[in-house]
Amino acid sequence: MSAGTAPRRGGFGRLLRAEWTKFRTVRGWVLGLAVAPLVIVTLGLVSASGSHTSCGGPYDVCPAVPVGPGGEAVDDKFYFVHKPLTGDGSITARVSSMTGHIRKPDVTPGVRNEVDGVVPWAKAGVIVKDGTRQGSTYAATMVTGGHGVRMQYDFTGDMAGRPGGVSKDSPRWLRLTRSGEELTGYESADGRHWTVVGTARLAGLPDTVQVGLFVASPGDLTVQQADFGGSIQAVRFTEAIAVFDQVALEGRTSGGAWERDDIGVTLEPDGAPHHPGGFAQSGDTYTVTGVGDIGPTGEGQRIESTLSGLPAGLIVVIVAAVMFVTAEYRRGLIRTSLLAGPRRGRVLAAKATVIGTVTFVAGLAAAGIAVVVGTRILRSNGNPVLPVSTLTELRVIAGVAALLAVAAVLAFALGALFRNSAAAVTVAVAVIVVPHVLATTSVLPLGAAQWLLRLTPAAGFAVQQSIPEYPHVLAYYAPSAGYYPLAPWAGLSVLCAYAALALGLAVVRIRRRDA
Amino acid sequence: MHATIEVHGLRKRFGQTVALDGMSFTVSPGHVTGFVGPNGAGKSTTMRVILGLDAADEGTALVGGRPYRSLRTPLRHVGALLDAAALQPSRTARNHLLWLAHSQGLPAGRVDEVLDQVGLRSAARRRAGGFSLGMRQRLGIAAALLGDPPVLMLDEPVNGLDPEGIVWIRGFLRSLAAQGRAVLVSSHLMSELQDTADHLVVVGRGRVVADTSVADLIAAASRDRVRLRTTARERATTALSQAGATVAVADRDVITVSGLAAERVVAALTAGAVPFSEVAADRATLEEAYLELTRNAVEFRAADAEAGR
Repeated sequence: MSAGTAPRRGGFGRLLRAEWTKFRTVRGWVLGLAVAPLVIVTLGLVSASGSHTSCGGPYDVCPAVPVGPGGEAVDDKFYFVHKPLTGDGSITARVSSMTGHIRKPDVTPGVRNEVDGVVPWAKAGVIVKDGTRQGSTYAATMVTGGHGVRMQYDFTGDMAGRPGGVSKDSPRWLRLTRSGEELTGYESADGRHWTVVGTARLAGLPDTVQVGLFVASPGDLTVQQADFGGSIQAVRFTEAIAVFDQVALEGRTSGGAWERDDIGVTLEPDGAPHHPGGFAQSGDTYTVTGVGDIGPTGEGQRIESTLSGLPAGLIVVIVAAVMFVTAEYRRGLIRTSLLAGPRRGRVLAAKATVIGTVTFVAGLAAAGIAVVVGTRILRSNGNPVLPVSTLTELRVIAGVAALLAVAAVLAFALGALFRNSAAAVTVAVAVIVVPHVLATTSVLPLGAAQWLLRLTPAAGFAVQQSIPEYPHVLAYYAPSAGYYPLAPWAGLSVLCAYAALALGLAVVRIRRRDA
Repeated sequence: MHATIEVHGLRKRFGQTVALDGMSFTVSPGHVTGFVGPNGAGKSTTMRVILGLDAADEGTALVGGRPYRSLRTPLRHVGALLDAAALQPSRTARNHLLWLAHSQGLPAGRVDEVLDQVGLRSAARRRAGGFSLGMRQRLGIAAALLGDPPVLMLDEPVNGLDPEGIVWIRGFLRSLAAQGRAVLVSSHLMSELQDTADHLVVVGRGRVVADTSVADLIAAASRDRVRLRTTARERATTALSQAGATVAVADRDVITVSGLAAERVVAALTAGAVPFSEVAADRATLEEAYLELTRNAVEFRAADAEAGR
């Protein structure tokens, strides 16, 4: 009789090993957790294969999306009046007027309905840029249509100056100085007293840069709630016209005339520019008209669009995780488990660890294949896929694996609480999958959809968002467009909190009740 | 580690129903103790309390001097068979024992040993869902033996076994006890324990009615009854009644005499010149003794049976 022999392994390690043996020796559970990644990969790759983008033209090749210094896809479309500057220097200009046109929905069909006005993120100001290539590094100080003075750089950087617009009576002086790689933006109401708006370091800025005036005006976004759920987004043409004077350059610039470039302008099939910008000079006064935007863009497919099978795979995971515990209650096997491990909380913890770990590994394989292979398929089908850093891609893959694993633990805990498969699966699907489906298919108003993704365990889906929301870019930041109200790890933390709560309640219940 | 089970003053209610009402007894090593009583008497509840599955409202239950829940590798101290049907049907017999072995830090080789011991080696890699009740009982016993524990508790292990299996389990339990283990076996039928148990804990309505050796129980139930075979039944009755005995007619030529020892019966009959052919002490069967003990304790209510399940 061996009662005196001390076991070698630690208590929890033994329980973990026992639960792992339990899991791997029931074919149904192993199959269930093999089916889940299969569902995720298959649905993801099938939908990627079915997605084609065609841009017409003789070669049917879509233009490459410009990429900013940070690696993100960008809009880089503006009217640029510039001169080369070598070495350190600065540009100063006064903006005394900013007006524009916004196209509104046609009232009389076929008759263009344009009104005067500037959109909030219309921009006019001074800029230093590494040449005229789209996506090259830059820094700019500007006045905007509705967000006051800003300093922006490299598309994603944005710093606020004083609020308010410009007019003849209250013009705004803007200045940008270059010192090596460091750019500093200033503003002034009178041209004498200057305040710093911000500083930016542009890594790799060459000795010779283009310095000058710019105007851009992003399209006007309108979102209508459709009658039967969903939303209709429309982006309409706008242009901005800014008047500059008292333009002064310091440093080694060319003495010649200003060069003019309509950066990124769309060309008609006949080669003529579509919605061109413009430049007019009258003495020392320059009038610049610009269309477009300088900033990151969310237009295009995202790597997480290859994860369309995630909700279906999640349901399979939920069923397997619930069965892992309810099967023991159904068969009375839970008593055997508790005889082997009388410290009941530890038994539940060991089971949760096993189901969570197994799901994480399966999820890692599923998300890895779906994202990597799916993105490749999307690109080979001509779809522009928004580039993200390797770190972001890894976060999406590991995050989705974690989402599946934590959801499995939550479902497991619900199974331990209810001791009934049907009830636990129903509740788990209702709190994890259903809110996500409701929120992202835009059957709900935007606010309701966002609250669902803040408050319910479905918040965890935020971990798959690869393209962040930019406050200085107007877009429809809705769950249906792939934007979650919580940051990736914050969303996952909400799910973790629910899983911890449910597991805690399950432990309390199993401790208190007779088995 | 002492091979003992000590139960002291256990009380437990399920709602209005009293399941345990001051249950106290001790199981000592070296023999098979029968834990017997009608359905609903509290046998299974007591076993579950001992094993830490149910919590008693009052009282203590110790195995080897310690509460079950304080044991770190409990299957090395106590082996239990409660419900042989508690199996994952798609898991093989061997894998069922394997996870139990892992939970106790026992080597996989131990699994094959106990499978041999209970005669399940050939079925080791078959799914437990396809097992007969008898095979499930054997698998349950294998699980109980896995940790080579000094204490064994088996709840109704004979239930559903075929005659061959019953013979096997009786011998098996006795051999386990002979190795110095404390073996507690419950049953609601005394006949199942008649040839197995050395000691009996008889329970009824949540408490111990008798805690005794099998021999003592039979003797107590038999008291001093004497069976008398005589052709002169009426004369014998008269003579014995005068001597102070109570006489009952058992058969045409047989009467049962109580209240008088056998030698005094012979003396009275001889003095009265009553002819008789046989005088024998009337030994009650274990079953009769048990029925007499539990007559008052049997109280069948559906709620009791359910709660005590």
